[in-house]
Amino acid sequence: MAVPTIIRERTPQLIVLAVILALNAIISPGFFSIEIQNDRLYGSLIDVLNRGAPVTLLAIGMTLVIATKGIDLSVGAVMAIVGAVAASLITSGYSLPATLAGALFVGLACGIWNGALVALLDIQPIIATLILMVAGRGIAQLITEGVILTFNDKPELIFVGSGSFLSLPMPVIIWVVVAILAILVVRRSALGLLIEAIGVNRRASTLSGVNSRVILLAVYAVSGLCAATAGVIAAADIKGADANNAGLWLEMDAILAVVIGGTSLLGGRFSLVGSLMGAMIIQSLNTGILMAGFPPEFNLIIKAAIILIILIVQSPASQAAMANFRANRQTVAIKTESREHAAR
Amino acid sequence: MKNSKYLPLLATFVVFVLGYVICISVFPNMLSTRVAGNLLTDNAFLGITAVGMTFVILSGGIDLSVGSVIAFTGVFLSVILRDTSIHPLAAFAIVLVLTTAFGAAMGGVIFFLDMPPFIVTLAGMFLARGISYLLTTESVPITHPFYSTLQEIYIRMPGGGRLTLIAMIMLAVFALGIILAQRTRFGTYVYALGGNLTSAQLMGVPVAKTTIGIYALSGFLAGLSGIVFSLYTSAGYSLAAVGVELDAIAAVVIGGTLLTGGYGFVAGTFLGICIQGLIQTYIVFDGTLSSWWTKIVIGLLLFGFIALQRGLMWMSERSARNMRHASAAAQASGA
Repeated sequence: MAVPTIIRERTPQLIVLAVILALNAIISPGFFSIEIQNDRLYGSLIDVLNRGAPVTLLAIGMTLVIATKGIDLSVGAVMAIVGAVAASLITSGYSLPATLAGALFVGLACGIWNGALVALLDIQPIIATLILMVAGRGIAQLITEGVILTFNDKPELIFVGSGSFLSLPMPVIIWVVVAILAILVVRRSALGLLIEAIGVNRRASTLSGVNSRVILLAVYAVSGLCAATAGVIAAADIKGADANNAGLWLEMDAILAVVIGGTSLLGGRFSLVGSLMGAMIIQSLNTGILMAGFPPEFNLIIKAAIILIILIVQSPASQAAMANFRANRQTVAIKTESREHAAR
Repeated sequence: MKNSKYLPLLATFVVFVLGYVICISVFPNMLSTRVAGNLLTDNAFLGITAVGMTFVILSGGIDLSVGSVIAFTGVFLSVILRDTSIHPLAAFAIVLVLTTAFGAAMGGVIFFLDMPPFIVTLAGMFLARGISYLLTTESVPITHPFYSTLQEIYIRMPGGGRLTLIAMIMLAVFALGIILAQRTRFGTYVYALGGNLTSAQLMGVPVAKTTIGIYALSGFLAGLSGIVFSLYTSAGYSLAAVGVELDAIAAVVIGGTLLTGGYGFVAGTFLGICIQGLIQTYIVFDGTLSSWWTKIVIGLLLFGFIALQRGLMWMSERSARNMRHASAAAQASGA
């Protein structure tokens, strides 16, 4: 077959993405036009890539977490904490590298906290990450002291959110680099396999020599780091840290992106490329709904419908039915074949 | 070992009493029926939906949709009372049927498609919130005279405190919830499901009916909670009650219910609600603390109780292992 496996495996997602983009193009004829102004690419398509950066980054970490049969509900709250940290560091006079290092470190610490609860204390992932989800926004408020910390006079940090490099917006470059790094690390080493092994059966993989504690810890740490990156981008984009609204409900979007991408919530099998497509599908939907002049409230109903469809497709019940159908077809095919043989 | 079942509940009770004592020692005024009455009134809607959440978590599930269902109920009531001449009682009945059916549908999807409750109720959360957005995005006031009649109903407690109607509804729901969990067949089934699904199935528990019943109950109570919330705020707003599901889950966990299902008490959830109310009241009395301390303290309490549960399970596992060793040793020496 000439078609690469990766495209063949992700055909449903590609079709959905193509359909949504085509619909967008019908709604707004100039959707695909891209032009260069002030050495930067502009256009709706670039906008989709740009606006989708936070969800895409969260989805990368979330994919790995879900692959271990876990879930990370705290990513939205971590975004708020990290945004608050970044804003308070830069406004108190720290340099950009120090600010970014501090922000990423805080995200990493949040991730390790989650990972420690899951891996060392054996707490269910939903509950373990719920703690930080509930407390996180309070902590962010504590850092910003209850106000929206703005940094209009700090162009170096704002650059992360709205600058451009090689005529591409910075957020796009960041998520593409993070995605490539993640895919290389996970798929060019045995790490991906080990993560999937834990998702299928943690006990069995521990017994067969996988250091599941360290891997679980690492997976949640990566999710924290991704959330931190998304948090810095979100804060830099609005030139301020909003402890209440930064990353609000983005954990749900990220989970949705992962599920759309074909990663099973039951763990054990994941596709980072699929999750990236899922994030892009969500973002082009958002953009399309906005351009069509529908109220953004439609988003929620459409998302609910998407989840329902995926649930039906992914559910063990319908999977079994599909397998049955295929098996039947195969036996029919074999029978006809043998009949042909006999006729000969 | 019999007592370890009650240990989380006891721990919650101790935390509540200690917290109350600390509050009173700082602000003596907090020891009054007035404060207690307000605490119950302010948390009535949360308490009612937390009872439903207790059943869901006891069965080993989770219901993320309750906050959205509360908002939907409020919006539905305010719009229907504004645009039609239906009596509020009839509107209450309609909305309760709707939310119960909604919960039952989610239960059906969870059972028949065999999918994690988390993602199914996440879809429910989006759907309910989306529908309330479609009804209206504005805050619609409820001006029906029947509402003010209901809001005026209260029992005067000794010391000047008022036990309002919505607080009474919450207390009644808790009482009925305790009876339902401890004294009925349905309650036994719920505990059995949470304990071990396969065993429950093999013992003949009607898993389909029970699962649908549990989520229908949660939907019904979320609807009732929405009615109470609309009485409390006299308005319907599609952005209301965001994150209530988290508060309800927190109350259940702080109340000593095991999140893996199978162990816990509805009465514990009541204590969980009281502890959350106590923190809020303390912050109001203090005046200088910001409300976000509530979230941090609740997060800390969550962590404390989950760690306590882990510790208890670890201890019971260890003692079971020791007992096995002991009996093995006894057998060996006997031989």
